[in-house]
Amino acid sequence: MSEIDAANPVYRRRKLVNLVMLSVSAVALVFGLIWLAWILATLFYEGGAALLRAGMYYQMTPPPGSDGGLANAIAGSLLMVIVGTLIGTPFGVLAGTYLAEYGRRGWLASATRFLNDVLLSAPSIVIGLFVYSVYVARVKHFSGWAGSMALGLLVIPVVVRTTDDMLKLVPSSLREAAAALGCPTWKMILRVTYQAARSGILTGILLAVARISGETAPLLFTALNNQFWSLNMNAPVSNLPVVIFQFAMSPYQDWQRLAWGGATLITLAVLFLNIVARVLVKKTH
Amino acid sequence: MEATEAAPRQTPRPEVALRAEPAVEHKVKLQVRNLDFFYGRFHALKSITMDIPERRVTAFIGPSGCGKSTLLRVFNRMYSLYPEQRAEGEVVMDGENLLATKRDVSLIRAKIGMVFQKPTPFPMSIYDNIAFGVRLFERLNKRDMAERVEWALHKAALWEEVKDILTRSGHSLSGGQQQRLCIARGIAVKPQILLLDEPTSALDPISTAKIEELVDELKREFTIVIVTHNMQQAARVSDFTAYMYLGELIEFDVTDTIFIKPKMKQTEDYITGRFG
Repeated sequence: MSEIDAANPVYRRRKLVNLVMLSVSAVALVFGLIWLAWILATLFYEGGAALLRAGMYYQMTPPPGSDGGLANAIAGSLLMVIVGTLIGTPFGVLAGTYLAEYGRRGWLASATRFLNDVLLSAPSIVIGLFVYSVYVARVKHFSGWAGSMALGLLVIPVVVRTTDDMLKLVPSSLREAAAALGCPTWKMILRVTYQAARSGILTGILLAVARISGETAPLLFTALNNQFWSLNMNAPVSNLPVVIFQFAMSPYQDWQRLAWGGATLITLAVLFLNIVARVLVKKTH
Repeated sequence: MEATEAAPRQTPRPEVALRAEPAVEHKVKLQVRNLDFFYGRFHALKSITMDIPERRVTAFIGPSGCGKSTLLRVFNRMYSLYPEQRAEGEVVMDGENLLATKRDVSLIRAKIGMVFQKPTPFPMSIYDNIAFGVRLFERLNKRDMAERVEWALHKAALWEEVKDILTRSGHSLSGGQQQRLCIARGIAVKPQILLLDEPTSALDPISTAKIEELVDELKREFTIVIVTHNMQQAARVSDFTAYMYLGELIEFDVTDTIFIKPKMKQTEDYITGRFG
């Protein structure tokens, strides 16, 4: 048996393996982060200046060659994201509640959970096409309602999943404690388990908002775009992702600059939502 | 009592002197008759028959998995939260078979409080933790509710420690305080029976001592059933002790008898630590 000191071969081998693995992991980490940093740096380099121009926030999307901003697109995006969230959240929270509180066993819950996971990973363009065929094609015009519906459909599976997960984290001893006082199930859910999972559920909703605020594909088939100020939900509504898509593909430099500005704006908004979500999660634990 | 040989699980009817108040007759609060319990196919309790005396402390002891917690959870129908669990037989309180009654199970549970192994404060203020249960069945004005909360916290020997921080979260308390909060919550609704499922197993010795004192205090008003792993605890706090093994009630008698002169060899082996 060798001495237990720095020259011990087993010990040296372990140190070596540790060093190699640690280095590989560090390289992988840097590789992953480089792209993220690059994307953020490019965004701020190209779009930062546009963000600082006040006209960006009160001027409409311009024709090529004239001065303009993204006011109508920002307002339209906000409107549709809010309405979409309001449509999707109640369904999501209630369905998640069913799964976690009432449907722990049984085929209905597991089938629902499976379908929800499929919906969660469904390409958003499919959702857009769906709303196009069941709504837009029937009423024969693009509209803000259609856009909000598509966004709402994207919200549902995210919120179902997080609500289900967060409620399942609530220990069953808490449910038993409420039941032991003679508390009916619905009241136990409202007053005890929602309370215990509140910030987790809120986080899920915020993440869903973050997800839909950058979605382009579903809006292309539903809300389309509008170069004027319009908050009429029955008409096409301007929105950041589609404006970015159109302007970035255009040959006009001023449009491209606006597209960069819009992209930076969305990124900042999503970043902000994610930070709020993280703070909320920290508060719970 | 030669009769115990013939029917070993027969409930003792202790005309035998009670430990504390020898001459006092005690009433039966819960009559358990031929109770069987199943977790799916697993037969966890086998034909349990016993009488839980009113305003006394009854302790259930026995090795892990013997069914003592299961038996406790039958008394307030906790098992009916879980569809794969079922009970057969009778548990009679005030002439009503709790297992077969058509009344809402919430009404039964309101009369039979329970405190769990781990403290389970609700995610709300200390005050609301207590008021929550009261509000389920009573409409009290602000003053009456405040009085009730104070009363319950006094009963649970927690008032002095929390009277200035009632709006703080129940989670901000120490483990022992949380457990007393749960006891206060349980008695605030004025139940008739209090079920304690290893209430001190997660607590330090000082908190344990406090809770044991509390149990002694509370038995003046409540019928108490306590499950414990700790035999000294059973000896200290209980008037009656039931020894269970593998889902059967082996012996049930006055605590002193169980600990000093048990009738069954199995009980003696467990008490003296020759088994377990």
